[in-house]
Amino acid sequence: MHDAVVAISKSWGLFYLLALSAGVVIYAYWPSNRAGFDRAKSSILDKDDKPWM
Amino acid sequence: MTKLTVTERQIGLIICLVVAAIGLAMAAAGRGEPFGVQGFTVLLLALALSGFIIARWDAPPPDRSLLEHYYDDPTKVGIVLTMFWAVIAMFVGVWVAALLAWPELTFDAAWASFGRLRPVHTSGVIFGFGGNALIATSFHVLQRTSRARLPDQLSPWFVLIGYNLFCIVAASGYLLGITQSKEYAEPEWYADLWLVIVWIVYFLIFVRTLARRKEPHIYVANWYYMAFILVVAILHIVNNLAVPISFGSAKSYSAFSGVQDAMTQWWYGHNAVAFFLTSGFLGMMYYYLPKRAGRPIFSYPLSLISFWGITFMYMWAGSHHLHYTALPQWVQTLGMTFSLVLLVPSWASAGNALATLNGAWHKVRDDATLRFMMVAAVFYGLSTFEGSFMAIRAVNSVSHYTDWTIGHVHGGALGWVAMITFGSIYALVPWMWKRPAIYSPKLVEVHFWLALSGTIVYVFSMWNSGIIQGLMWRTYNENGTLAYSFLDTVEAMHPYYIARTFGGLLFLLGAIVGTYNVLMTIRQARLERGVEAGGEVDLPLGRPAALPGE
Ligand code: HEM
Repeated sequence: MHDAVVAISKSWGLFYLLALSAGVVIYAYWPSNRAGFDRAKSSILDKDDKPWM
Repeated sequence: MTKLTVTERQIGLIICLVVAAIGLAMAAAGRGEPFGVQGFTVLLLALALSGFIIARWDAPPPDRSLLEHYYDDPTKVGIVLTMFWAVIAMFVGVWVAALLAWPELTFDAAWASFGRLRPVHTSGVIFGFGGNALIATSFHVLQRTSRARLPDQLSPWFVLIGYNLFCIVAASGYLLGITQSKEYAEPEWYADLWLVIVWIVYFLIFVRTLARRKEPHIYVANWYYMAFILVVAILHIVNNLAVPISFGSAKSYSAFSGVQDAMTQWWYGHNAVAFFLTSGFLGMMYYYLPKRAGRPIFSYPLSLISFWGITFMYMWAGSHHLHYTALPQWVQTLGMTFSLVLLVPSWASAGNALATLNGAWHKVRDDATLRFMMVAAVFYGLSTFEGSFMAIRAVNSVSHYTDWTIGHVHGGALGWVAMITFGSIYALVPWMWKRPAIYSPKLVEVHFWLALSGTIVYVFSMWNSGIIQGLMWRTYNENGTLAYSFLDTVEAMHPYYIARTFGGLLFLLGAIVGTYNVLMTIRQARLERGVEAGGEVDLPLGRPAALPGE
């Protein structure tokens, strides 16, 4: 059991983290996400201080 | 209180009475023991709160128009609690620092010995000061970025007050000699169980508010806060798995032993650094820094990459606390490697913060509040660089067990965690109490310089001390034996311990100035509201006057 876990983490663990990193970078820079991110980062600067109903 | 609906008041009272009953049972079971004192503490606090609720029982139920506003009362009380914990815990910090230079300052009292006061300091600053700051700001940020009010008015109070009850039980327990001897996880099983309940309610507040959100995008700050809440729950539950010797006793035995215990503890310990002292405070930074600077964050994608990097890599870094131990070599190497890679997402966040300020340096120059946040980002960058460096096995062979570690900790804790908190609080207080500005911007400036000089004195004295200590421990003479006795190294530390106490004192003075400034802003707001309401200054019921923990 211990040996199996160690073997998996030493081999597949690497690919899992590489895939994860690639996934995150692709998501963060995917062109069609850009507009949404730009809106998100500016909208917190809005002055209005009431919940939207 | 007047904003609580009648049902909420009823449930609140029932909770208080149940907790009081538990306190009574603990007091009875632990008669004559420290456990009994803990029971009485719980009982008294719960009864005081019940009395507070009953005294306001007949207040008219709230108007529905309340729902058109955000619910900020828990945040306001949380801010005041944050400042109180800062002053108390940093005072104890200065005391333990002084103890190392002048050991007679224990006054021969068991409760004032180093071993008991130190966890009061560490838990007081991390959980009391840091935790209250995180809870208070997270409720504020969550509502503003979701454009939705908190889902109800009772659960935020349950979280805030319940959490402070945990902190009080923990700190008073240490003074009585109760500890399970796990660093940063000293509280015993009953306090741990209580914190689990509080924490689940905290997480549910986040999930329920997000489910009601009107803004479709979940702003990055919320991701950091959520990671903080979720991961701390996991860490806390696993590391504290233990079996009490009986339900009537404070003592328990851990489910782990030997090297597994050590690994579990430092998996917990390092991720406490990552998710308590970093992730949550990054959430704070990603909201308050752009807000105060009036500029959106430099790169949103970078903030997301940093988030996933930190979340997934910190998990594997804990074993760098166990270099050269019985832990298998490959696990140490794994921790070291991940610690080095961690520098990338860490600097992504620090750089993102500084790049946001690029073009607004005149604001940083004129506004001490923003300067607090800027300096915090710089120290965040410094202490993560230092941490990655210290995680290298060869470097760690010099730094481990020495004051270098303490220097690193306080670069992070004073320079990063406390500075970002003070900056955020100075930004938040005028918004919360509807004032155009803080009571005295001059005093913010005074606080800033006290905090910065205190941090620098502290960190430099510990770097010096630690490196001298590390080198003295490994200096051999021509016969191949150690050149210095342990006592020689202790003597060499003495001047640095005095310098460190002085640095800490400066930092404490800054926190006191800050508390005064916050309280005076609140007072001003009240006086003004009193004048508007016809000259009569009354204690608004919205802010409980006798909350446990104040
Ligand atoms: C990339 C980020 C970081 C890495 C890789 C890192 C690494 C390390 C290392 C190697 C140690 C010494 C372990 C030993 O020799 O016993 C340490 C200790 C410590 N660090 Fe960091 N650190 C980082 C960031 C931070 C930050 C931002 C804080 C915030 C306060 C912090 C707080 C602490 C604390 C409290 C300890 C003391 C643990 C103990 O009680 O032994 N670290 N860290």
